[in-house]
Formats: sequence, structure tokens, C-alpha cells
Amino acid sequence: MALLEIHDLTMKFGSLVANDSVSFSVEKGQIVGLIGPNGAGKTTLFNCVSGFFPPTEGKIFFNGEDVTGLPAHAIARKGAVRTFQVVHPLSEMPVLDNVLVGSFLREKDIDRAHELAWECLRNCRLEDLAHRLAGDLTIGQKKRLEVARALATRPLLLMLDEAMAGLTTTEVKESVELVSRLKDRGLTLLIVEHIMEAIMPIADKVVVLDGGIKIAEGPPQDIINDERVIKAYFGEKYSRRLKESGQAKRYE
Amino acid sequence: MIAFLQVLVNGILNGLVYALVATGLSLIWGVMDVINFAHGDYLMVAMYTSFWIGALLGVDPVLSWIVSGAFLFLIGALTYKLIIRYTVGRSAISALLATFGLSMFLKNVCLYLFSPNFRLLSKTVLGGKTIETGGVIFPVPQLVTALSALVVIVLVYYMVKKTRLGWAIQATAMDKEAAELMGIDTERIYLLVFGLGGSCVGIAGGLLPSYLAVHPEVGLLFGLLAFVIVAMGGFGSIPGALFAALMVGLVESFSGFFIAPVFKYVAVFALYLLVVMVRPKGLFGW
Amino acid sequence: MKRKIERKDWLLFALIILFALLPAIPGIRENSLTMHVILMIFLMASMSQSWNIVGGYCGQVSFGHSVFFGIGAYGAAMAVVKYGMTPWPGALAGAFLAAGIAVLISWPVFRLSGHYFAIATFAIVEIFNRLFMVWYWVGGAIGLDYSITEQGIVNFVWYQSKVGYYYGALVLLGLVFGVVRWMERHRIGYYLRAVREGQETAEALGVDSTKAKLSAMAVSAFLAALCGAFFAQYNYRVDPPMVMSLDMSMKFVLVTILGGTGTLFGPLVGAAVLVPLQEYSRALLGGLGGGVDLIIFGLLIILVVVKQPKGVVGIFSYLRRRMVERESVGKEND
Repeated sequence: MALLEIHDLTMKFGSLVANDSVSFSVEKGQIVGLIGPNGAGKTTLFNCVSGFFPPTEGKIFFNGEDVTGLPAHAIARKGAVRTFQVVHPLSEMPVLDNVLVGSFLREKDIDRAHELAWECLRNCRLEDLAHRLAGDLTIGQKKRLEVARALATRPLLLMLDEAMAGLTTTEVKESVELVSRLKDRGLTLLIVEHIMEAIMPIADKVVVLDGGIKIAEGPPQDIINDERVIKAYFGEKYSRRLKESGQAKRYE
Repeated sequence: MIAFLQVLVNGILNGLVYALVATGLSLIWGVMDVINFAHGDYLMVAMYTSFWIGALLGVDPVLSWIVSGAFLFLIGALTYKLIIRYTVGRSAISALLATFGLSMFLKNVCLYLFSPNFRLLSKTVLGGKTIETGGVIFPVPQLVTALSALVVIVLVYYMVKKTRLGWAIQATAMDKEAAELMGIDTERIYLLVFGLGGSCVGIAGGLLPSYLAVHPEVGLLFGLLAFVIVAMGGFGSIPGALFAALMVGLVESFSGFFIAPVFKYVAVFALYLLVVMVRPKGLFGW
Repeated sequence: MKRKIERKDWLLFALIILFALLPAIPGIRENSLTMHVILMIFLMASMSQSWNIVGGYCGQVSFGHSVFFGIGAYGAAMAVVKYGMTPWPGALAGAFLAAGIAVLISWPVFRLSGHYFAIATFAIVEIFNRLFMVWYWVGGAIGLDYSITEQGIVNFVWYQSKVGYYYGALVLLGLVFGVVRWMERHRIGYYLRAVREGQETAEALGVDSTKAKLSAMAVSAFLAALCGAFFAQYNYRVDPPMVMSLDMSMKFVLVTILGGTGTLFGPLVGAAVLVPLQEYSRALLGGLGGGVDLIIFGLLIILVVVKQPKGVVGIFSYLRRRMVERESVGKEND
């Protein structure tokens, strides 16, 4: 039984079909990458899985339970927590308080909640900024705060939505290291990314969306050579050229 | 039957006046997302202006509305320049609170200067005259005020929809940054709109002393009703405001007559709550 | 990091001790006006602090709190005037009723956003105001007048000296501020602030925002009602324009805004500015006063909202933040 199972997820906004019958699963302990060109429906998928929109059709199973259509806070409580593509710091609260909001989900006692919060701050190297107002942080720091906050809820599945966008190369490297460390501690991760060198080296498997449908799924090295993926990113002409020169393969 | 028609007429006449007051507010709210809490007090200031011009200079409200309209344009523009400008972009409530402070200020200045006494012009051109058809009485002052209100509303709507200035206003309302990128001076638009909103109220308030007594608290109810009307009609919609205002006028009139005067406003506010429960953005809101 | 007693707690504690000792200072206890002003500051601070829970910490700016204040006031008054009892059961009943009504009304209203929500709260106050005006059982427009009863803590009424009311108001202050301080440190406080700062984000972290908002409303209404009950006892009468009106509601809001929303001491600071302003100008200028205090208050509100939306307390915390930042710039490794 996989930790997260998505069956035929379809999300329609009026006549716009943002996700069309998408199915895949995430096994416990895996890092799964979710990639695809802009507008492919990745964030919409996140919104459905994390409870912000109830899907038009389809089912979502988390940890064996049917969580389709549950509100966001209930899903977070069950252990599936997401971060946001556009960072949402709780601006007028100090960094520590931001993380405490997360840690209070699991620890009702103030002291233990504080301990958990500090642990997460240290993991994301934010301990020196603990008393700064979250709104005053740089974009890189805010992204780390998103992760620290989510970690404080002791998630089973952490869903990162473009957590690396806007970071410097060094920051990206550090984030990748953090993600690997988290996986070593047993966390399962579903990561939406555009920065290939961040996700490809660490993902166990990659799912590719384009125009709302899943066009490929498999280990990273297969995906980068997949003709359909290349076509989605680079267009018909380039993928044909690659195919003719024998470099593209089709994978099921 | 006659009673029914009379109540209907009263409701419509009142509703049209409310509509003009609400149009000003709707313009401001629609363009700047600001609730001008002092809107009712603008009405009070306009009424005092018209009253004193009448009492001291003998000019009738049928003419002095021009002065009060212009004066309130000025006050609206000043309000924007000195206060609202700083609250745009901040939390939605900050403009509301700042204008509440303004409302308190205006009301108590008038209280201090003019005392809490009700003041009514003793002799006006329209006062006391009525037109009667089929047993239904149309008081002339109310009738003229209501029709003038309708004219102004139509003019404002036409201006917003059909003129270049109106398009600039609409553009600013929809997306301030995009409008600026297209060369629209949004600061000036905001200033203009606040002034225009003020003069709508100013014109209404200028005509009212024909039949309504002025006192420092007179603006309170008009203001509250204006908020309710604009919210019901939907953010930024002038036709919505007109429709909602007529509904409010009718509900007020009918509930006052057929249930009890005290329930006039209970019914109106209950209507508001009902509408927003069903349509949280008002009837025509976007 | 161990939980420690913070500076704030010491300050609150010290203030309460100070307030308790004030009447011992010669000249204060005998001066009826001074006693009145100070205990009104306590009352106003308590009222605003109760509103602060919902409006300041949780960010739901409601103009309907007068309803809860009024229910508490009428609760106490009904017990005394209609049933000849002590006000305590009436006050408690009123408080619980207010909390219940708060939850009932808020649940649908919280669905509304921004301006629509604010106007809905106006509408609710006005409806209650009119209903109480015509409700015969509670005295209608005339309200309820207290007759003379035995003074003392049981009846919670005194006639010559204000000392009883003074300490009563101080206890109320301690209660309300204590509750809010407790909330600040515990989970509920963090959840309320999270809802204010970003409801969606809070939900993503497991916060049930509806439950949080309704809990805040219930506590807030309960406390506001207790304030109303105190007021009824102090004033010896209640009527709808006095205790159940938009004017009264706005007081709750504006005092907190002036002092600083979402802060522990904001309501106290705001009350300490407004109440003396109001009381002394009324006493000095009398009939001529014609709302001079309100003219000044109006200007102050405009000033605060435009210049320093965080209120007076905001000025202090801004200065303190600059000091903390200067310290941590050295340690920061980013």
C-alpha cells in the first residue's frame, strides 16, 4: 500500500480542465518529482491533494484512507503537508512563531512545541533569525521558513511546490542536501520542480504532466530521454530532430 | 389599494434619493475598494451648507445644490489627498477606520458649531406643494429631489460607461497597475472619483432641506443605508446600487407601514444579511 | 528553550499591583472624579481587550460587540430589576448567552469577506438595537432603572464610595488581561494570529480556522458581556441606545486601534488616552463641550490609522525591533 495514491484525478474549473484523469502513487520513503511545463496542472494537483479544492472527479488515498474532498486542515492533520509556490510567510509574526504554528499541531504543551520548533529552525538553518519578523526575510530565507514550518507538523508526506525557485545556486545545493537528509530520516516527499539539476539527482521516480494529463512516469534517467517529455518542453520540431538522430527513446 | 400605491410611491421616492447617495459610495468603493464611513456625514455637511445658504442668503435649495455639490467635491478631494491616499493598499479596514475618525470629526464639529437642534427652512420654493393623481399624493419636494437624483445617477453612469474619463476610471478600478502602465494618472483618477462621490452626496444633500430637517445625526442613517445598499448591489455596480436602493426604499416603506415604524430598518438590515448569505458578493458584484 | 516568565508578565503583574495601591494615595480615593476616571479606564480597557481577541489577534474586525456588551448588561439588570436578585446569576447567564449568540451569528457571517463582513456586523447591531427598543419584557425604549438596594459585593452596588467599583473593575481587568495573556502563550493564540496573517497558510498547517474563529468569538463575547454587566451595576440603569448601539461598538474598536491591535497592552494604552480625554473634557467644558473630546478623538484616529496603524504600542515595538535587529545582524550568517 503506497503512502499516497491518486486515482483518475480530474479537476475542472468551468470548462477548463486543469487535471485530466491523473493517476500515480508515492511509496513510503520515496522522493517523487512532479515536473512539466508551465500550466501543466502541477499546482492544481497539489491543491486537490492537500484539500484546498475538492477534485471534480477521482479519488485520493493517503495512508490507506480516502481523503478525497477533506478540508485542508484535516489533511494536514493526517500528515500530508504542502508548501506554497508563492511563499506565504505569516509576515507580522516572528519566524519562531511561524514555526510554532506548525509545531502546535503535534505538541499541545508549550515547552515541547518550542523544542520541536527550535529543532526545525536548526534543521533549516534559521535559528539566528528566530526573532525577526517573517515578512522581513529574504526570499531564500522565506522559502526555508516554508519548509521549517511544514516540518514542524511532523508530516508523513511533505509536498514541496517549487521550493527552489528564486534561490541562488548555493542555496539550491543546500536545499537539495536538506531534502536528502529528510529522506534519510524517513520522510516521504512529493516535489514540484522546474530546476532539473535539483530534482533529477535525488528523485526515485518522476511524474510528468503536460496540459493536465500525465504523459510519462518513471525513473529520472528514462524521463529525460522520453520523446513525449522532450516534445512537451521543447516542442515538436526539436523532439523530432532528436528522434531522427537516434537520441530519443520512447518509454512506457 | 390607495394605501398600497402611496406606500409604493413613498418607497420609490425615498429609494431614488438613497440611490444617489449610494452611487457616490459605490463609485468610491468600486474604484478604490474603500468604504467611506464619513459618507453619511458628507450628506450632513451638504445639508447644512444648503440650509445656511437658504437661511442666511435666502437662496433656495433648488439652486444651492450647485454650491453644496461643488463644496462636497472639494471635501471629497481633500479627504483623498490628506487621508485616503495613505491607506490605499493597506488593509481594507484602515480606510474604513480613518473615515470613521473623519465622520466623528465632522459630526462633532457641526454639533459644536450648530448645536444639536433640528433645523428646517421655513420657506422654500417647493415646500408644502403636492401633486395628486388618482388619490396618490406626490409631495413636490420629494418628487423633484427624487427625479433630480435619477438624472444625476444616469449622468454619472453614462459618464463612467461611455466617456474616455469613464474608461480610465474603469481601468483603474480593474487593475491599478495595468492602468498606470497605459499612461493613466491613477492618482488623479482617485482624487477625481472621491470628489465625484462627494458631489453626488453633495447634490442630494443640497436638495434635501426642501423637506428634511438638518441636524448633526442626520447623516448616520443615510450613511448606514448607503453601505447596505452598495454592499447588496455589489461592489462597484451603479445599476446594482440603484436596484438595491429601490429595494431598500420599498422595504423600508412597506415594513414601516404594514408592520410597524420601528421595524423599518430591522427589515432593511435583515434583507442585507439575507442577500449576502445567498450571494456573498452582493447581487451584481464581481 | 524553557518556558520562562517573560517581561510582559512582570509588567502586567506590576501594573495590577500598582493599580491596586493607587487608592491608598492621599487625594485619589476621596476625589470621586479621579476614581471614576480610573475605573472607567479599567472598564474601557477590559472591553477593548475582549474585542482585541477577535479583532486584533484574529484579525476579524467586527463592529458588533455592543450586542454582547448589551446582553451582559441586560442580564445583570434583569436579574436585579425584574427578579429582585443579585446581579451575579444574571451576569453569568448573560455571558453564556452572549457567547452562544456570538457563535450562532458568526458562523454564517465569517463566510463573508472584508467590507461585506464589516457591514454585516453593523447590520446585526442595528437589528438588536431596534428589537430591544420594542421588546416589552426588557423595558423597551425606556430600559431598566435600578431602585435602591442594600449596597455591597453581593448586590455589587455602592452609592457613596467608588472603592467597591474600583476594585471590581480592577478584578475584571485582571481577568480579561489574564485570559488574553494566557491565550497569547498557548496554542490558541498562535492559531488566531496565523488565521489573521494568512488563513490559507494556517489551514495548510493544520489549523481549523473556522473552529479557531468561533472559539475566539465565544471567549470574546463572554468577556464583553461581563463588562456590560459591570457597567449596568455602575450606571444603575440600562437602555438600548446606551448599551446596544453602533456608537458603543465603535468604542470597543477605536480604543484598541488607538492603543494597538493584537497587542496585550494596546487596549490599556488606548483607554488611558481616550477615557481621561472624554471624561475631563465633559467635566470641564460641560454643556458647551458639544463633543469637543470627540473632535479630538476623531483627529487622533485619523492620525493613528494614517501614520502608525499599529497604534501607540506599535511605536514602542518598532523601536524595540530595531534594537533586536542591530544585535542579530552580527550573528546572522546569511
